[in-house]
Amino acid sequence: MTGVFLALLKGVPVALAVTGLAFLIGAVLGIPLVLMRRARSWLPRLIARIYIDVMRGIPPVVWLFIIFFGLGSGIIALSPFRAAVLGMGLISAAYLAEIYRGGFLTLPAGQNAAAVALGLTRLDTLRYVLAPQVLRVSVAPMATFLVSLLKDTTVASTIGVRDVMMLVTQQAQAAGGGFAPFIAAAVLYILLSIPVAVLARTMDARMRGRIAA
Amino acid sequence: MSGLLANWADWLPQLWKGLLISLQLTGAALAAGLPLGLALALLTSARTPWLKWPAIALVEVGRGAPALVVLQMVYYGLPSAGINVSAFISGALALALTTGAYTSEILRAGINAVPKGEVEAGHALGMTPGDVLRFVVIPQGVVFAVPALMGFAILIFQATALTFTIAIPELLARAYRIGAATYLYLDVLILAGLVYLAITIPFGWLVNRAARRLGSHLG
Repeated sequence: MTGVFLALLKGVPVALAVTGLAFLIGAVLGIPLVLMRRARSWLPRLIARIYIDVMRGIPPVVWLFIIFFGLGSGIIALSPFRAAVLGMGLISAAYLAEIYRGGFLTLPAGQNAAAVALGLTRLDTLRYVLAPQVLRVSVAPMATFLVSLLKDTTVASTIGVRDVMMLVTQQAQAAGGGFAPFIAAAVLYILLSIPVAVLARTMDARMRGRIAA
Repeated sequence: MSGLLANWADWLPQLWKGLLISLQLTGAALAAGLPLGLALALLTSARTPWLKWPAIALVEVGRGAPALVVLQMVYYGLPSAGINVSAFISGALALALTTGAYTSEILRAGINAVPKGEVEAGHALGMTPGDVLRFVVIPQGVVFAVPALMGFAILIFQATALTFTIAIPELLARAYRIGAATYLYLDVLILAGLVYLAITIPFGWLVNRAARRLGSHLG
């Protein structure tokens, strides 16, 4: 069991890299997406809404197949790693945009009104008043999402990314079945998600103290 | 474009068969997983430690382990434990375990939302604790949990795509097979994506409607 566990550890850097890079892409792309989702004119709102619904409505493994096998057969050939990062990143953008949107909704209407009364432009209101507070209330749900993203990236193994999941399957096939490799993998994923969960809780407590009531 | 549509028309009957299997898996996972979830919800709030802690451990492991790990564990693990079942049963069982772990938290939140006064009123009327649970707490708690449970059903439907890895001929597996045969991976996988959307988006609207209706009901 310890031997299996140590073998699986070799997949951890890859699993963390896919998760981390995808999260980064999602966190950045989520910003224009949420601004479009909240735009005054209907066209950007519609585009953002369709993007979010389509990304979230199709299983992640299907997206990875579309990117790796679909686009890969003649259009843009990406390595399994890049395809996984891109696919999970584009999906993350949809989820994180919705998290940011939830953050905007929790802000008291007075914040916006006060900024208008002070004569701030719309951009300045966003930059100095709304966005910093949205980010703070979004920390906890973003961390929850990060944990579920870590688990969802196991599907990257299906397109050939050598992450923990792929090593587990190899170990299990070498051992001729058995529960042990999978229990080791489950424990490993739980151990990996604990620091994020703890960090989220402490960050959330600190951030919540810095939001207008 | 007309070639694409003609191909899609050719492939759709195959994908339809796959979709039916995906839906059957979803149904089986929910049918077995929801009662498990309710049992775990009640056990995790039990006062007896030897009932409570194993249930909490099962919920935490079930939620903490990726669904793909649970799926492969059941598929590769059961035969080595001397239990031989079909891939479909393995898949349904694994998804049911994941369902049980996740829905127990949803159901627990629903049960906690039942006002304490109703429980006290039940006791005051001389109902046994079991009857209070059965006739007062569970029926209302489950209703409160309905929108979140419906939302989870969409997730577990999407998770059935993972069973492609254990050779169940569901929607994604059939799309991939067509792709391998025709080399038109992109065309067929996009069609498969659209079929997933045809289920998840309308069902998502239903979830929102249920949430709104229940919200207004709670006032």
